[in-house]
Amino acid sequence: MTSTTEQVGDFADLAATTLLRFATAGSVDDGKSTLVGRLLHDSKSVLTDQLEAVERVSASRGQDAPDLALLTDGLRAEREQGITIDVAYRYFATARRRFILADTPGHVQYTRNMVTGASTADLAVVLVDARNGVIEQTRRHAAVAALLRVPHVVLAVNKMDLVGYEESVFAKIAEEFTAYASDLGVPEITAIPISALAGDNVVEPSAHMDWYGGPTVLEHLETVPVSHDLTACPARFPVQYVIRPQTAEHPDYRGYAGQIASGVLRVGEAVTVLPSGRTSVIAGIDALGESVDIAWAPQSVTVRLADDIDISRGDLIAPSANPPATTQDVIATVCHVADQPLSVGARVLLKHTTRTVKAIVKEIPSRLTLDDLSQHPDPGQLVANDIGRVVVRTAEPLALDAYADSRRTGSFLLIDPADGTTLAAGMAGESFASQARTSVQADEEGWDF
Amino acid sequence: MTATVAHVHGAADDSLGAAPYALSHLDALESEAVHIFREVAGEFEKPVILFSGGKDSIVMLHLALKAFAPAPVPFTLLHVDTGHNFPEVLDYRDRAVARHNLRLHVASVQEYIDAGTLRERPDGVRNPLQTVPLTEAIQNLKFDAVFGGGRRDEEKARAKERVFSLRDEFSQWDPRRQRPELWQLYNGRHAPGEHVRVFPLSNWTELDVWQYIAREGIELPEIYFAHEREVFQRNGMWLTAGEWGGPKEGETPETRLVRYRTVGDMSCTGAVDSDATTLDAVITEIAASRLTERGATRADDKMSEAAMEDRKREGYF
Repeated sequence: MTSTTEQVGDFADLAATTLLRFATAGSVDDGKSTLVGRLLHDSKSVLTDQLEAVERVSASRGQDAPDLALLTDGLRAEREQGITIDVAYRYFATARRRFILADTPGHVQYTRNMVTGASTADLAVVLVDARNGVIEQTRRHAAVAALLRVPHVVLAVNKMDLVGYEESVFAKIAEEFTAYASDLGVPEITAIPISALAGDNVVEPSAHMDWYGGPTVLEHLETVPVSHDLTACPARFPVQYVIRPQTAEHPDYRGYAGQIASGVLRVGEAVTVLPSGRTSVIAGIDALGESVDIAWAPQSVTVRLADDIDISRGDLIAPSANPPATTQDVIATVCHVADQPLSVGARVLLKHTTRTVKAIVKEIPSRLTLDDLSQHPDPGQLVANDIGRVVVRTAEPLALDAYADSRRTGSFLLIDPADGTTLAAGMAGESFASQARTSVQADEEGWDF
Repeated sequence: MTATVAHVHGAADDSLGAAPYALSHLDALESEAVHIFREVAGEFEKPVILFSGGKDSIVMLHLALKAFAPAPVPFTLLHVDTGHNFPEVLDYRDRAVARHNLRLHVASVQEYIDAGTLRERPDGVRNPLQTVPLTEAIQNLKFDAVFGGGRRDEEKARAKERVFSLRDEFSQWDPRRQRPELWQLYNGRHAPGEHVRVFPLSNWTELDVWQYIAREGIELPEIYFAHEREVFQRNGMWLTAGEWGGPKEGETPETRLVRYRTVGDMSCTGAVDSDATTLDAVITEIAASRLTERGATRADDKMSEAAMEDRKREGYF
């Protein structure tokens, strides 16, 4: 094994690069596909055969230039209609970082797809047409990014070539957006003037905007911090699977396998198992074959405890010094993602970390209008793409954090028990759209991941 | 392994602050894939790993071994044998099964052809014929979760694929009716007769797979490394000469220094000219290549613009 590692010496740096997951959002004609195409193309991530395929199809349709949107629209229906229907995931790399791009559709009716893309994103790029400025759809995208607690938002003011590369146009849009997004609680906003078509400030710095001293889009993507001080977050370890070999070699091994959702686990630490409340001490941590003293999110590990206590899939191991509260009454914001509506009184399944429990929708206190962030009280039901507040009663207690504190242990799914459909994406606790908006803004330390 | 150990040791020093708590991209991908394997083990009755002896399925097996260590992998393996597989790969498959004391099911395209249930295509390409034996094996053996080594970077229809992909009782994929996949909360609910295809390597690229193979010191079949082989040209690809159906009249066999980037049926998987005999050289070659893995060496994807989407709809991976 040692010889193999030495062989790849030149690539040790490449293997040690970090991973940034980001999502793009923009209205239909804002040039999102062009921006994505430009990023992929200029970072040399489009290979010859892919480009040839795009050129061939573009030519067969009588188009003069290759339509870079064809790189990302992978389904027959998308190519036929010239629109993006579903999230596509793209992969590219530079010498500094690897990227996973969730390319999400801009259509109003696909808000749920932006939610899907944003749920795992460290960063969202919101695209605006410089000629139109901040429009309703921009506000909707900012609101979804804020709601999903995407840590970094980039405002890309596109088509600067069509407004004479005027600084004042950019400044006005950046100011309006930053004020709106900050009000929603977005912690970090970077505004960049670009022309995706001409290539200004996407990968190469623009020669037309010497008044702009900030990074290009790619430079920002390469340097934005993705590692966070997880020691500041309490540890959360949802048990996925109990490993018990019961072999001659390992007759007594009993390990709890899972992915650390937040924080750091250390051997010797006193822990509490929820919801039972039993306590023990971490006797060992196995990090995929290596015994370690310390492990942190999002590592997949196996934890061994000093005491032989009853623990199974769905339990949560947390430091005794800082465990989450358990509750059977979940108050949350949900984004409704299914075609069938969600009504008061509905019996559903709730999947939280590794635990799935029966639940009833007790109340739907309000539905949010993303355009102006106004609340419509007691809508009775939520339909596809609606965002609303819900109160859900669960059959068993859940160790639930606020989504503001943890995207992983504060999120859940509502599932239709009849056919397994994913009905809604849930985020526990207060949202930016609730009455307590000021407290959310004050809680910036919670934006850890 | 060396990289992992060094990484973990570095992190033990708390005085370094936040930086040690970052994960390298390979560690992040590994951690995510292991999480997916364990979710399936926790939620399904009868999962199976599709194992062809190709590099992606070899990496899948390696990850599964790590995910459940020191216990054995709690899944069986399934191989769809086209009847035109590379002997070196079948040999590797059987050795891997024996070494890890696994159970292997084989669904044979040749048996279907011999029984008259499947008909050989005029062009002799057997890859599309795999769908029927695959889906029937899933139904007959009642698998409810089927791991595949598919990666989203391979092809634009695959880029739309979920990590957990629900298939109906006919194994069909309907891209317009996919479940949204939020956070790391995978929904594996399915009705009896339906199953879920699971892709733990969704977020890996070809280069990630090779770097991981190098880091972990994973053994591969020799055909992935440059070697002299008798090949002939068909449709712009170097195919291995053999009893499976080549060369035909007008096709001239010659001996060339080649290797394979992807391993599939001999009738549609082409070799590339290469002098890369080590992992190091392969990685250098891939990093510099201007062709995708499939664009370079797979005939079946060139049949139409939506070839992969159409095959996936029918039940193919």
